[in-house]
Amino acid sequence: MKLTFGIVVFPGSNCDHDAHYAVETILGQQARLIWHKEGSLGDVDVVILPGGFSYGDYLRCGAVARFSPVMKDVVRFAAGGGIVMGICNGFQILTEAGLLPGVLLRNRSLKFVCNQVHIRVENPQTRFTGLCQAGQVLEIPIAHGEGNYFAEPDTVKKLEDQGRVVFRYCDSRGVLSDEANPNGSIHNIAGIVSEGGNVLGMMPHPERASDPALGHTDGRKLFDSVVESFVPALA
Amino acid sequence: MFHSKIVVTLRKSILDPQGKAVQHGMHSLGYDGVTNVRMGKFVELEIDAANKEAAETITREVSEKLLANPVMEDFSFTTEEEAR
Repeated sequence: MKLTFGIVVFPGSNCDHDAHYAVETILGQQARLIWHKEGSLGDVDVVILPGGFSYGDYLRCGAVARFSPVMKDVVRFAAGGGIVMGICNGFQILTEAGLLPGVLLRNRSLKFVCNQVHIRVENPQTRFTGLCQAGQVLEIPIAHGEGNYFAEPDTVKKLEDQGRVVFRYCDSRGVLSDEANPNGSIHNIAGIVSEGGNVLGMMPHPERASDPALGHTDGRKLFDSVVESFVPALA
Repeated sequence: MFHSKIVVTLRKSILDPQGKAVQHGMHSLGYDGVTNVRMGKFVELEIDAANKEAAETITREVSEKLLANPVMEDFSFTTEEEAR
């Protein structure tokens, strides 16, 4: 039995087809593109909010997309424990929608950064990292101008205490440092999950590191972990 | 008809690298005395409302719900009745 991944398409999304390709061609699961004006997600197992520049990033990244009709159903889906992955612009939309805490500020350098980076798996016991080891270093690309994660100190402490910081930027050996932080994110945070653990937001693009033809497949581990996490339910 | 002017700024606790870059430009021009440059957004809008209070309420609501993100931004506004 195959899982169905619903990939929401906003005006300005540009990683929707990459995600679709990763899910169908690389993972062999089903993928469906869902236009943002749909009132319902339909019957899906996983929702992906893909990268891009929804609504031209006008006002703030993700600020307008969060009011798209389909977002009401995304909030409902998440509240019911549904698996949601927000990648890059998708992460920004999830923070604007209040499904994840904090905000993505302008990069410290003020530059759009498009690069291969290393991230360290801080929590391998999530629906998204079950096939990873604690401390494992993944090489995954980033491409964003507003990826500088910020939250109030109390919020950051809570995220860390609850194991909700899933990824941190690091060097190739897994050492956290300021030099290895591409955007100025507080405590090198690259990805977090919701309190229930079912909503992930991350700035790096795992869908761009899933096809061996592109040179890196570390991103595939995340998608494989999600699929694997459904196995007991499918059995 | 009412006319609102809204200013959205990054909260004081948040580093503003854009403001810093602009300040650097001013220093390059020789204006060494300029400090604490902060960048923000300015929004103007017209509102068809029964009275000024109602127009202010609408302005506050759209600012809270959409124009500013309270995690990182503050806002202030003025609302005036438009001369017919």
